[in-house]
Amino acid sequence: MAELNTGGGGGDGKKVRSKKSNPGVDLTAMVDLAFLLITFFMLTTTLSKPQSMPLAMPDKEKDPAEDTDTKVPEDRMMTILIGKDNKILWYMGMLATPRMEPTEATFGKDGIRKDILKNTAYAKKFADKPDEGLIVNIKASDAASYRNLVDILDEMAINKVQLYAIGDITPEEITLLTDKGLY
Amino acid sequence: MAKHKISKKSTRIDMTAMCDVAFLLLSFFVMTATAKQPEPKPVDTPASTVIDKLPEDGVATITVGDKQVFFTIPRASRRGTLERISKEKGVNFTEGEYKAFEGMEGFGVPLNQLKSLLSKSPAVRNAPGAQVGIPYDTINDQLTDWVKQAREAHKSIYEAQLQEGKINAEEFGKKADLGIAIKGDAKEDFITVKRIIDILQEQKKNRFFLITGLRNKDF
Repeated sequence: MAELNTGGGGGDGKKVRSKKSNPGVDLTAMVDLAFLLITFFMLTTTLSKPQSMPLAMPDKEKDPAEDTDTKVPEDRMMTILIGKDNKILWYMGMLATPRMEPTEATFGKDGIRKDILKNTAYAKKFADKPDEGLIVNIKASDAASYRNLVDILDEMAINKVQLYAIGDITPEEITLLTDKGLY
Repeated sequence: MAKHKISKKSTRIDMTAMCDVAFLLLSFFVMTATAKQPEPKPVDTPASTVIDKLPEDGVATITVGDKQVFFTIPRASRRGTLERISKEKGVNFTEGEYKAFEGMEGFGVPLNQLKSLLSKSPAVRNAPGAQVGIPYDTINDQLTDWVKQAREAHKSIYEAQLQEGKINAEEFGKKADLGIAIKGDAKEDFITVKRIIDILQEQKKNRFFLITGLRNKDF
């Protein structure tokens, strides 16, 4: 289309014919411009809405009429403490009488995820109903970063932990972290 | 000598189709484009595997980075929020300042600096370091006021719609509460974010969103 007549005019004595005007337009510049604009719009557009993670916290003001001492089954409760330098310390049961001793762990698929999976299986043994499972209490220390919090919440989502909450760290737990050099 | 001539091929390509596609894409991007809003505080959000999308409207965003807090109110509720703040704090704003506030995406200044911020041009406002963040410590907790007034302003819009019969009670229940999203920098300290969460919980806002990036499960 966009080509010139290149046929041999042949010097056979004929008159030089006036060249046919070429109907094809040179589109190069137009395409250049179009792609430039495409690039511009692609880069400036926010096509995808930001990803988000829903988070529900328990109601702070407790109803005085309600019995606040809800019995938490010790056998199924796992506490995760987040210390400094992306380190985790976890234990099962109560701090004074742990079902599993406090263990150090790291983030990621080879770290805390394996422990959570193991503990989920452990907690299943103590479940009264089939839909009951592991209960995780997340306690981040002041040395933790926001990334650590999102990472651990993400682990909850990956491992499909049914029940988890973000709690306040106790002084005893801070002492424990300090002893292990994680605070 | 071979008489056979090799016919000269033209080196030009037919660009019509390419041009068509290019313009098709171009029109698509032009139509779907919503220009990226300049943010006073660009933050690097942490990544997660959760792929829930943030609701498109009715969400206010609290941006946290370098211990500074910025607040973005949905456009519809902006004017109402400032009116309520003005009434509560006894600061009067001119019509021009209301207009400027409505056009301003996110902001992060103490209330006494808001007037001077509104008088500046958008480019100056979003220059790094131009805004110092909304105070959120226990002594001077302005973030609580902003969140509270924004929620009330948002609610009043839907209350008016409910009274006019534009929406039913069920829809009102779903939409009336302003959603809050926390957009925190990955390197931000947990205590800063914890303080924001505490502020929200104090006003019985127990459900909110954490804005995250995307990653796969093998990290």
